Formats: sequence, C-alpha cells, structure tokens
Amino acid sequence: MRLPPGVSQSDFAAALTGFEATVGKDWVFTSQEDTDLYRDAYSPFWGEPEEKFVSAAVAPASTEEVQAVMRIANKYKIPIYPISTGKNLGYGGSAPVLSGSVVLDLKRMNRILEVDEKNAFALVEPGVSYFDLYRYIDERGLKVWVDCPDPGWGSVIGNALDRGGGYTNALYRNHFDAHCGMEVVLPNGELLRTGMGALPGAKTWQQYKSGFGPWIDGLFSQTSLGVVTKMGFWLMPQPEAYLSGTVTVFRRDDLIPLVEIMTRLENQEIYTGMPLFGSTLLGGLEPGDTQRRPPPAEVSAILARPGEPDWAALERFGRDKGTGFWGCRFQFYGPPKVIQAQWEYAKEQLSAIPGAKFQDGELFRIPLSAADQERVQKVVFGIPNLSIFFIGARSDTNPNPTEGHMWFSPIIPRTGEAVFEAQKVFGDAARELGVPISPLSLPGTYWRRAFIFIMGFPITHDPAVNKKNREAFKTMVRICAEHGWGEYRTAPAFQDEVMATYSFGDHALRRFNETLKDAVDPNGILSAGHYGVWPKHLRGGRA
Amino acid sequence: MRALVGGAVAGVVLAVAWPVFAQPQDQLAHGKQVFQYWCATCHGAGPGHPGTDALQAKYHGAQPALLEDRTDLKPETVRFFVRHGVTVMPFFRKTEISDADLDAIGAYLARRR
Repeated sequence: MRLPPGVSQSDFAAALTGFEATVGKDWVFTSQEDTDLYRDAYSPFWGEPEEKFVSAAVAPASTEEVQAVMRIANKYKIPIYPISTGKNLGYGGSAPVLSGSVVLDLKRMNRILEVDEKNAFALVEPGVSYFDLYRYIDERGLKVWVDCPDPGWGSVIGNALDRGGGYTNALYRNHFDAHCGMEVVLPNGELLRTGMGALPGAKTWQQYKSGFGPWIDGLFSQTSLGVVTKMGFWLMPQPEAYLSGTVTVFRRDDLIPLVEIMTRLENQEIYTGMPLFGSTLLGGLEPGDTQRRPPPAEVSAILARPGEPDWAALERFGRDKGTGFWGCRFQFYGPPKVIQAQWEYAKEQLSAIPGAKFQDGELFRIPLSAADQERVQKVVFGIPNLSIFFIGARSDTNPNPTEGHMWFSPIIPRTGEAVFEAQKVFGDAARELGVPISPLSLPGTYWRRAFIFIMGFPITHDPAVNKKNREAFKTMVRICAEHGWGEYRTAPAFQDEVMATYSFGDHALRRFNETLKDAVDPNGILSAGHYGVWPKHLRGGRA
Repeated sequence: MRALVGGAVAGVVLAVAWPVFAQPQDQLAHGKQVFQYWCATCHGAGPGHPGTDALQAKYHGAQPALLEDRTDLKPETVRFFVRHGVTVMPFFRKTEISDADLDAIGAYLARRR
C-alpha cells in the first residue's frame, strides 16, 4: 500500500479504519487498481516518477461524513485533496497537487437541493454535474437555464470554484461570479455558511451574496482552506428568443475598432450573449470549426512561411475570396422585437468600420425544437454536451490523436492593440519553442472586461515530448508575466510557477494566503500546494 | 429534448446502488440506462458525439461507429476501455461507474454477440 508523505503505516491504517467507519468499507479505496483511477488522465508527467499518485480515496455521501473525515485526517495528519466530479481535465483532473494525498471524492454528494424557478437559483452539492442539473430542470419543465462550460460532465460547484466559464448571458458566464452562498467544511471539520447562510434560518441565502461583514467566498475558490459541500447559483430565466448577427471586416487593423465597439456594446448590454470572435480567414467562428475543416490551403501556406505572416497577402486573400479578415457573431437573448432592435443598433455602430459587412442570423424561438437543438451550438442555449472533445479526438483531420491536453490561459487586456501584441509574442514564442499556436489565434470573450487566450498543449505518453511541452509551458508563463499577463487557472504541474509570477510587493499575495493557510489549517492537511499555497511544513519544497 | 436518466435521485441510484439482478434482462435494462447516462453523451447518434465520430474515423465503416450497434464487443473489452481510457477519453472511477454498473454496460453492449 502506498503511504501519504510523512505518515506512518500505523497512523495511516488507523485513519483508514476511521474513514471506513465513517463512509462504509465500499467507499474507501486503497488497492492500486482503484487508486490508479484517480490519476490525472491528462497528466503532463504520465508514467514519470514525478506523476502525482494517491494513497487512497474516500467518498463521503454527506456533509456530516465530510466533517468526520476531516477530523480523522487532522488527528493523524493525513493530507486530503478534495475533488468534486474529477473532470477538471486539462487543468489537473482528479490527481492531487501533493503526491500521496488521500483524495476526498465528493461525487456521491449529488443532490440537487433546490431549484427556484421564480427567483432563478439553484442549490446543489459538489457531485452534481451540468448534465444532472440540466436534466432535473428539463424533466420538470422549469423555465431557467444553466450556463455550462464546454464539457457538460463537470461539477457545477467544481467548475465555479476553479473559476471556469460558459457561453450564455454575461451575467452567468463567469461561474464563480454567478454563485450565491456556500456551505464549507473547514479543515478542522467545523461547518461554515457564507453570505446570508450565516444567519440561522436565513430566507435569502441564494438571493443576496454578501451577508454581513467581510465577504469571504473568494477564499474558497482555487483554495486550500475548505471543502465546499453546498453552493447556490443564479440561473438565467429562459428567454423568449435568440438571435445572432455577424459582422465581417476586411483589414487586419480593423480589429482595433471592432474590439472597441464590441466591448462598448457589451458593457452597455446592447447584446448579452457571448460574442464569437475569430479570423474568418480560417473558416467558421464556432469552437472546433478549424479542427473539423482545415483552413484554406492558401492561408495555411502563408502562415507556414518563416517569420511574421504576410498580412498584406492575407488581407488580399480575404478581399478576393470575400471571407474578410476578422468576424464577430453577436448573440442576443430576449423578446424578438427587443433583440432585433438591439442587432439593428449594433449594426449602426459597427458600420463605423469602413467596408464592414453584416449577415443577419436566424431567430430561434425558445424552447428549441428537437430538430433545432441538433443544429445549434448547444452551450449557447444552456444545453450541456461533450462536443468540444472534437478538439483532440480522432477524426479524419486528426488521425493520430494525442492523450489529452493542458490549457495555457493568460488574461490580456480587451483591446485590439493587446491582441496584436499577444499574437506577436505568442507567435514568436511558438516558433522558438516548437509548439502549435496560430498567429491568427483570437482570444476568448467569456469575461466581459478582459480577454483570455486559451491554448492547448498536447499530452502524449512519450516522456520526452511531454518534457519539451512542460518546459515550453513554463517559458510561456514567464514570457506572459514579462508582458503583464497572468494565467487565470492552471494545472497542478504549473501552479507554483504561476503563483510565483503574482509577485507584487515581494509576493505579498502569496504570503497573505500562507498566513490564512496557517491560521485556518494549522496541520496543513487540506489541498497542500493547491494554487501555489503550501502549508508551513512543506513550504521548503515549493518550486 | 432527449429523454435521459435524470435528476438527483437517479444520480444517487446510479452511483450508490450495487444492484443484484434477478433476470439477465434486468441487467440489460440497467446497462442501457447506465450507458445512456454515462456513455451516450459522447458515443450517441447524431452530430456532436465525438466518441462516435472518432470510431468512424478509426474504422471507416469496417465496424459500426455506434457502440450500441457493435456485434463484436465483449464485456471485458468494455471494462478495459472504461477503466483505462483511450486517447482523450479518460478512465472512470468507481464512484462514477461502479463495478456492477460496468458489468451491466458490458452485458448491454455485448448483447448482440
């Protein structure tokens, strides 16, 4: 049996006996066959000595069982690493940061405790996936939407705590921002409720976020301070209709006014959906389009030449073929006459860009018919699915799939100038490091106030290739920091490196987090090293 | 809307129960239910199912791309892929798909052998 670091055989055996007494023998996993299922399926260290392993997993079914597990873990100083559904693939999966930890697998805590249609909120446990919540709402015909990330099998709570995002109305796309109220088991087993939940018998736990006094919810995201066992979320009232409209612009420099107008219109709430933003030279604007259909051969040939791309040649191609250079599909939710008027106003504003062309999209009445569901980008309609795995899975355009990917995701300013700078920096780095980053990549628009570039680094089962990609990833972290760009989220393999870049005031943020860590978790048993925050006794090993 | 196994109660049953089946057809029915819940989101029919598309790209029609249409699958083959994964498909833990659920999926996908 594998042992957690620093724990004796007898203490581990005693802890396991306590865990079994708490959750039942069937829900404590210690055999290698079972614990191997907690490896990170997309580990960048796959098969290498540095790959993270778990010594055991324990799967409670209730908050009370989580509390009891934490008390036992404190008694024997067992490192614990909670996961919700374990599907944080590309950002760490189900494996702990501290190798040898016991995984606290919360998948069995899968109750949907409340969905309030009138006030549009839900209260769920961590094992509830987006599929689960969607099906619950769908079966009852409730007129509320869940904002989903790309893969629908993830945990609603887990995704929010890792600060993931989705695709519908801007008010709901930032999943942590859309939460309201938490229940948290602290490392010592004590139970805490945040916001209005701190008031016994509160009637507004899911309706008013901040309660009274310092608002501490953020401390439990990307955290090592507590195990979230319940969390409320604001849901989107089902709109009457959906409309999209696409603008195409033809000069590379048109990106600057396009971003400026796009941002202004979004902050004025002229459109409320997520703008789909990309280079029309590459094909469609939907995620995965360029994976499903390779870009035109002429464009690929221009991009393949060494050095900076020949922008004039690309502009010529876009003009001659009528594809344009950049495009943005604006998305609207609401009553038909309102959203049609919003699109008309958006077109007026975007007409300031010389030569801009517009295409009116189809208006869909909600709820969608079964046939319409099959021809739309489902997440835009709050329908969870797994179609994003087109990226990476075997296909005619990708006959030799990899074993996964790790996401590199820096936040950059929401301006065209910043995009150009990032494209140049990433393009130069990509050529030097030999990683596949297109110089026409555009950032994601999940967040209203900033862009996020999301780039996938492949995972293989070849240690030499993985090592090269890990080094490239770390170099990109450093290059981004030099330009004032930081990652919003990263896999455990890089959390120390990323946290080290948030170094203002001689790492004042990290030191503050460590002060909190030492106070709240004096034995340092919970999620050691998560997001670069280590307990006192392990700080010497920090990268 | 697709008819799917749903809701919190179904989720609890799927994750917690260790079913004992009186009749083989009960196991097949359970296997179909678990397949719908866990597998069909990627291996179902129609657009937007990358598991199905990947098997089409792998076999080019030599085997059906839909797992439910296969006549060659053995329960142990199903078990291997669920517990080991393949390319971007991860493996599944026992808190997600229990051994009994996995036996039922295997029996369901092997029913045409």
